[in-house]
Amino acid sequence: MKPKVRVLLPAGYGLNCDAETIYAFERAGAAVHRVPMNLLFRGEVALGDHQILVLMGGFGWGDDHGAGVIQAVRFRTHLGEELEAFIERGGLVIGICNGFQALVNLGLLPGFDGDYRTRSVALLPNDCGMFRDQWVRLVVDPGSPCVFTRGLEAAELPVRHGEGKFYAAPEVIARLRARRQIVLRYALPEGSPAGGRFPDNPNGSVEDIAGICDATGRIFGLMPHPEAFNDWTNHPDWPRLKEHARRAGRPFGTEPPVGLRIFENAVRHFQGS
Amino acid sequence: MPARLEIALQPALVDAEGEALRRKAREYFGIETRRIRTVQILMLDAALDAEELERIRREIFTNPVTQRSAWGTLDLPADWVLWVGLRPGVRDNAGATAIEAIEDLLGRALAPGEAAYTSKRYCIEAPQASRRELERIAAELLANDLIQQWRLWSAAEWDPREGIGWVLPKVRLDRRPRVTPIPVAADEELLRISRERGLALHPRDIPVIRAYFQDPRVRQARRAVGLGDPTDVELEYVSQARSDHCNHNTFRGRFHYREAGAEAVETIDNLFATFIEEPTLAIARQKPWVVSVLWDNAGAGRLDEGHHYVITGETHNSPSNMEAYGGAITGIVGVYRDPLGTGRGAKLILGGWGFCVGPRDYAGPLRPRLHPRRLLDGVVEGVRDGGNKSGIPTVFGQLLFDPGYMGKCLVFVTAVGIMPARVAGEPSEQKTTTAGDLIVMCGGRVGKDGIHGVTASSEVFSEHTPAGHVQIGDPYTQKKMHDFLLAARDEGLIRFITDNGGGGLSSSIGESARFSGGAEVALEKVPLKYEGLDPWEIWVSESQERMTVAVRPEDVSRFLELSRLHGVESTVIGRYTNSGKLHLTYAGETCAFVDLDLLRAGFPQWEFEAEWIPPERRGLTEPVLGEPGDCTRLLLDLLSSPNLASTEWIARQYDHEVQGGSVLKPLLGVGRDVPADAAVLRPLLSSRRGLAYAQAILPFYSRIDAYAMTACTIDEAFRRVLAVGGDPDHVGGVDNFCWPSVQYDPVLNPDGRFKAAQLVRACRALKETCLAYGIPLLSGKDSMYVDGHLPGSYGETHKVSALETIQFSTISLVEDVRRCVSPEIKVAGDLLFAAGLTRDELGGSEYYRHLGYTGLKVPQVRCADFLPLYRAIAALVREEQLASLHGVYRGGLAVHLALIAVAGGLGLRVDARRVPAEGVRRLDTLLFSESAGRFLFTADPARRPDIEARLQGFPVCCIGEVVSDPRLEILGLDGRVALAANLEELAAAWKRPFGHLAQGGVGER
Repeated sequence: MKPKVRVLLPAGYGLNCDAETIYAFERAGAAVHRVPMNLLFRGEVALGDHQILVLMGGFGWGDDHGAGVIQAVRFRTHLGEELEAFIERGGLVIGICNGFQALVNLGLLPGFDGDYRTRSVALLPNDCGMFRDQWVRLVVDPGSPCVFTRGLEAAELPVRHGEGKFYAAPEVIARLRARRQIVLRYALPEGSPAGGRFPDNPNGSVEDIAGICDATGRIFGLMPHPEAFNDWTNHPDWPRLKEHARRAGRPFGTEPPVGLRIFENAVRHFQGS
Repeated sequence: MPARLEIALQPALVDAEGEALRRKAREYFGIETRRIRTVQILMLDAALDAEELERIRREIFTNPVTQRSAWGTLDLPADWVLWVGLRPGVRDNAGATAIEAIEDLLGRALAPGEAAYTSKRYCIEAPQASRRELERIAAELLANDLIQQWRLWSAAEWDPREGIGWVLPKVRLDRRPRVTPIPVAADEELLRISRERGLALHPRDIPVIRAYFQDPRVRQARRAVGLGDPTDVELEYVSQARSDHCNHNTFRGRFHYREAGAEAVETIDNLFATFIEEPTLAIARQKPWVVSVLWDNAGAGRLDEGHHYVITGETHNSPSNMEAYGGAITGIVGVYRDPLGTGRGAKLILGGWGFCVGPRDYAGPLRPRLHPRRLLDGVVEGVRDGGNKSGIPTVFGQLLFDPGYMGKCLVFVTAVGIMPARVAGEPSEQKTTTAGDLIVMCGGRVGKDGIHGVTASSEVFSEHTPAGHVQIGDPYTQKKMHDFLLAARDEGLIRFITDNGGGGLSSSIGESARFSGGAEVALEKVPLKYEGLDPWEIWVSESQERMTVAVRPEDVSRFLELSRLHGVESTVIGRYTNSGKLHLTYAGETCAFVDLDLLRAGFPQWEFEAEWIPPERRGLTEPVLGEPGDCTRLLLDLLSSPNLASTEWIARQYDHEVQGGSVLKPLLGVGRDVPADAAVLRPLLSSRRGLAYAQAILPFYSRIDAYAMTACTIDEAFRRVLAVGGDPDHVGGVDNFCWPSVQYDPVLNPDGRFKAAQLVRACRALKETCLAYGIPLLSGKDSMYVDGHLPGSYGETHKVSALETIQFSTISLVEDVRRCVSPEIKVAGDLLFAAGLTRDELGGSEYYRHLGYTGLKVPQVRCADFLPLYRAIAALVREEQLASLHGVYRGGLAVHLALIAVAGGLGLRVDARRVPAEGVRRLDTLLFSESAGRFLFTADPARRPDIEARLQGFPVCCIGEVVSDPRLEILGLDGRVALAANLEELAAAWKRPFGHLAQGGVGER
């Protein structure tokens, strides 16, 4: 049997999606190493022993000084070069919600031209002025190099954040677009980008951007929570979908939910190579 | 030399916070402003050089993409500058995390006393606004003077060189801690001291306390440790332990109950023992799934062979009434410590909320401390931040308005946790302290928080007095502690754990020491927020986010190492003994030495006169109402009434999906906006087992009879979990009583006897209904004194009492979450059934209330009739026979038909003549009666024969069908269309009062 793909999940300091992130990766066939962040900062756990780094959702350091800001400072202070070496060696990084916020504050995203230190995009407080928990529709750019979204065209996932408005200067957006780094966009029911329409675009993100990757496609950040769609009973419409399927004599709930496929793609990336 | 950093968004970016404030100023007060920009301020009181400051500014506190910043004052256009900061001693969560980040960046710890303070300044462009209007924004929207200070400058007054100046809200007490002996020569003297010090000792307790301290044997033992008269530490301890809050004197009191005019008096000795403990023990004996009840911080039930769930509910009314945000966040974060302190510690998995406040649009003469609208905003946000930042899904809640809650608002918070059935080879629900175990305090530090909350509020503030009695919960610190303690639990390091809530260490150590039979504590070891606290203050302070843990000496180094690893402060402050004594020292000197069983010995029971006046004798009658001709408009108006309208904006702000196990969310249906009967989640992601959770609050029935109120509340909460697929044989309850004062006083509480009788009746209903349905009370709390004295127009005050209120929460097991059912109708052509009898029971209904009546015929709960039907329906759910299922609750049949139609995005055609009913002769009664015990469900017509066979003999009837035409149409008793409305109209009416709040500011710009 092939050894399992090793995932590092730094935990603690107000992060809170441990259970579902572990579950999602385990369902995808990986072995997850959840460690108190301080062990990583102290060097007692080595990032280099892992293939995937996941920065999970939550409220790191209470998010009091901008979401993901302090987590980014601490990662930069303690792991700066190790992070870049990890990426260089082909490791995958996924940042979800608070993790995405940390990735953009670290400068790992957008990572233009291999520069993993410069901050050039940001996640601002939602235009609606409040935290929102809602499910969104997403369209995936099939031409994006993103490893995590291979084979996906669309998805429904929950967002749960107060600071998820993607913002960057127009020239940065143009660059992201040109390099196909805009992986996920909030969409309308019929599948086209939301065009800023609330609540389909729940936070006022520029260009409806919900997730981006770096140029290699191996670093991925997104505001929606794929780990929270780990079972078809997570979907807000599942009782209705199930009933309709039953009436039509169709099977229901046999396919893995789209949230899990994002984790499967990450694991498969290593198993295939 | 302090330094001040100002940070603002770049001018081209939308300032969502400023916009939200602008919107509120317009909506609430009609004050027009052109633009508001916020400036975040970080004041550093630390020795840092210019280079360090620049690094801090650039690398931590300024986002180069979106922000600009400067040490000093930023230049922003403003007609007015308004600064809002915290008062000294108020928890500054952002200040604390700023220090963490700075220390990490600089790679060194700051010196003791060095600190960071955060505040905000608003640059307001409003050329037309007056100073008065700006002051109103400051005082009524932004700052609560209990915890915050503010300053206002006009453009002419504002000097950018000075900026906001140098306000450092540092606590300086400048005093040496001391212990004060208190002479107890006479009762009157002790009573006077009790009053002066705010000890709130009950006059009848005083002789008992004196007798103890004058007992020659006690005096002799005390002399040996250097003590004479009781110390302030000891009397504060007794006062805390004897308070109604900690000791539940009312519920443990003796009630003399009689009906008005009748001779016979029934004496109930101890409401708790009679109506709560006894039935719960009886039910627990029959239900093997009941794991632990009636003694710990939360009750426990079995989830599966390897896991228990634990549940408890709390209220945080008085603090929320004073400072809504702080009270509510402290309440929710506080209740989360109860499961964490249950057994060897449980992981938190679910939160619930219930808010009862005055009318949001109140415009009458009374002047509560906070207008209900402002209070509600603060409470909603407090629970939001407390729940979301704790990483616990907030899955269910209810909001009610009534003028009675202007006297005091109610904030219910409920918490559910989960723990492995065994921890380190031992049953997880058991815990004890043993002589020799060390006492460790974990989490936050101790300040003057929560000490004598009520008396402190009337003190005069000085610039450096801590405003400690109003607290701001800190979910971040607690979340770290939660993760740490669970890791320690799993390593088997925890012998006993309990939280520090009311009474602080005095209560957590006082109670845990009973197991071992004694404790010694060195109070100077307790980490403090600032110097200068007296030992008694350290002992009773209610500073939040702390747990007390018993750890074996051989485990303590590992325990402390784990604590450091998780960034949590833990300190050994003493040890458990078996001396029979609570022995407290401060810097080596004894400051308290009392027998642990002092509190058990001989305190007199409280006594209450209870006189029940039946509603007829109070002049309540049924109104004389002619039948309404326009039921459509009546239904639309009812849907728009505040107590039935959509409260989507609240649930939408609460993270209800974190932890990844959400099965039925708080908002369902095609528009994802209709409230679920109950929430369901999968606590163990790899298992199909689920927990269903719901609550009910029906205080309006108390106007007629608190017995009916209680029975109906339990029935609703029971039906709610069954409606999603809960197991009727596995439903646990949590009772949260909120009652006005029941102690009769001819002047201050002339109807005290009646309120006491209502309490007795409610307790009786609790017992009878729980026994009939087989619901053990896994947990419960009482909060008495929900009264307030509100100023009126002429300087007079009015006593305003809340309705007698119970929130009843239910938790139930779901065998397989894939069989859960939801309320929305699903397929056109399906048949609609009504189950349970509708009766002429409009008393206390929303319909009557809408027309200005109370009525008399309040709904009755007939448990023996209802339960077999409930079981039959639960069996149909288990077999997946039903397409949708929904209980009929407040508002009645028409309201709930409208909701399931809106949720399904499909129409319903209903024939009112077929609705199972008894003694109902009119359509309005049929549509709006709030009779208990009813459900609505839909099913595939192919299943009709099966369903009807299974429900034979029950009052169940097919009353209509689901249609694709998006309309609700009801045929009246004459067979003609009596009510017809489009789904759009129904939804619009239902969202009219609060729908815009769910949109935030979007769509306005």
